[in-house]
Amino acid sequence: MSSTLSIEPISSRQALRMARRAEFNRFVSRFRRNRLGMAGLAILILLVFCAIFAPLLSTHDPYLPDLAKRLSAPGAEFWLGADELGRDIYTRILYGSRLTLMIVLQVVVTAAPVGLVVGAISGTYGGIVDKIFMRITDVFLAVPKLLLALAFVAALGPGIFNAVLAITLTAWPPYARMARAEALVVRNADYVNAARLAGASQAYLIVRHIMPMCLSSVIVRMTLDMAGVILIAAGLGFIGLGAQPPLPEWGAMISTGRKFIFDQWWVATMPGIAIFLVCLGFNLLGDAMRDLLDPHLRQRG
Amino acid sequence: MIRVENLNVTFGAATVVRDVSFSVAAGESFGLVGESGSGKSTVLRTMMGLNRSWNGTIEIEGAPVKSTGRKDLARRAQMVFQDPYASLHPRFVIARTVAEPMRINGIDNSEQRARELLEMVGLPGAFGFRFPHELSGGQRQRVAIARALALSPKVLLLDEPTSALDVSIQAEVLNLLSRLRRDLGLTFVIVSHDLAVIAHMCDRLAVMRDARIVETLDRRQLQEGRLVEDYSRELLAASGDV
Repeated sequence: MSSTLSIEPISSRQALRMARRAEFNRFVSRFRRNRLGMAGLAILILLVFCAIFAPLLSTHDPYLPDLAKRLSAPGAEFWLGADELGRDIYTRILYGSRLTLMIVLQVVVTAAPVGLVVGAISGTYGGIVDKIFMRITDVFLAVPKLLLALAFVAALGPGIFNAVLAITLTAWPPYARMARAEALVVRNADYVNAARLAGASQAYLIVRHIMPMCLSSVIVRMTLDMAGVILIAAGLGFIGLGAQPPLPEWGAMISTGRKFIFDQWWVATMPGIAIFLVCLGFNLLGDAMRDLLDPHLRQRG
Repeated sequence: MIRVENLNVTFGAATVVRDVSFSVAAGESFGLVGESGSGKSTVLRTMMGLNRSWNGTIEIEGAPVKSTGRKDLARRAQMVFQDPYASLHPRFVIARTVAEPMRINGIDNSEQRARELLEMVGLPGAFGFRFPHELSGGQRQRVAIARALALSPKVLLLDEPTSALDVSIQAEVLNLLSRLRRDLGLTFVIVSHDLAVIAHMCDRLAVMRDARIVETLDRRQLQEGRLVEDYSRELLAASGDV
């Protein structure tokens, strides 16, 4: 291979791709060895699968009430029982997975990058920039997440979009903190100094050197955080400030089931199990990712 | 080529370099020896503009470091760091590491040139597509040297270039450096705690202790053991055969 490399410049791109792929394959094979991580991944793949194929997998209409059959016990017609309007809980959980997935994705794609950028800039520049950013972060961190989300929702009005916005606003500060901590370590690393000596600007250093090095911690944190995000979203749904009826949001479903918890336990329990499983999946995956990616756990060389 | 005069560096209240002056002629190799904490690495880092709080004069090729732009300076002098495990970006393949200074400075054909540089330090072809963790310490230090040469500087500052390597590899890297200096007409400033390395590599050297230069001598004086200061003698005795 080495001989073709020096002759053909085009093959260098292929060689680079091969090197990257080899690196990725090594990652995959290490991940495979982690049984719990694989279990978590399986749960999440199942979640995605359910969300995509909900119409095909469902047995009823998620919104159509059938009052004659309200609160039916789990059985042949309603696999996981029916709720107070006679809607199939299994179907609603399937459709609910779409909402859950959407909330999680929206929070993650907004909160993590915001935190990453704020943290990386803060840590790299230091001084007054750092002080200002970190004090703002402290203010956000000082208020309990759910409470802050509640306040935002109360101000913006209930609804799933506002719930997502509120969770995002409360979710970025930990990322900023973490990215800053990483940036503080990385900014004085010799390879960053080397780029500095070559005349690289601060912006170049942040984008090319510091942010990529913070990324693995952010990914780990993100996966571990998703369970928390789901719980907060469900919590907001439960107290009626998240998704509004008739949306089949899991937290809201538990909330309606609360009234029947002693006689018709399945109405609240089934969505509860769904939340539990998905959170477990994210946590298991997050732990596995941490084992693989966390620079502090990984030995050098 | 290089002129350092009355250099003082402070970290907060501590003065880590006090009144250091030396000059290096073009093509010469100058050594700075001393024990850990004597301030020798700080001198190098300050010369490259990595420390802010200093006063005195530093000129490289006649350009004062304080008022010369980073990119201008980058083409005059480059530095090789001590720890080859920390000086390469862990997520970049080494060809990219070597090409980076050229990319930053908008030099065309950086990939091609990176390959040539790697070949020059003895890492041909497919080596370029390895990640740093796939290389040995000596190979990594070669990469660091190739990167330092990417902008074709005339001055190379070497901060303990071999002390993180094992003995058998040290000689290889030192020979490579000597060869490059000869072929490319480079000027070296080498920092080391190892007198043997300095004696092998340098025409002249300065002994540093407690932030000051204690004595400046040339190679012959060192070989003949004609040292003036007691401290230099102790250092020589401690390092055994030179």
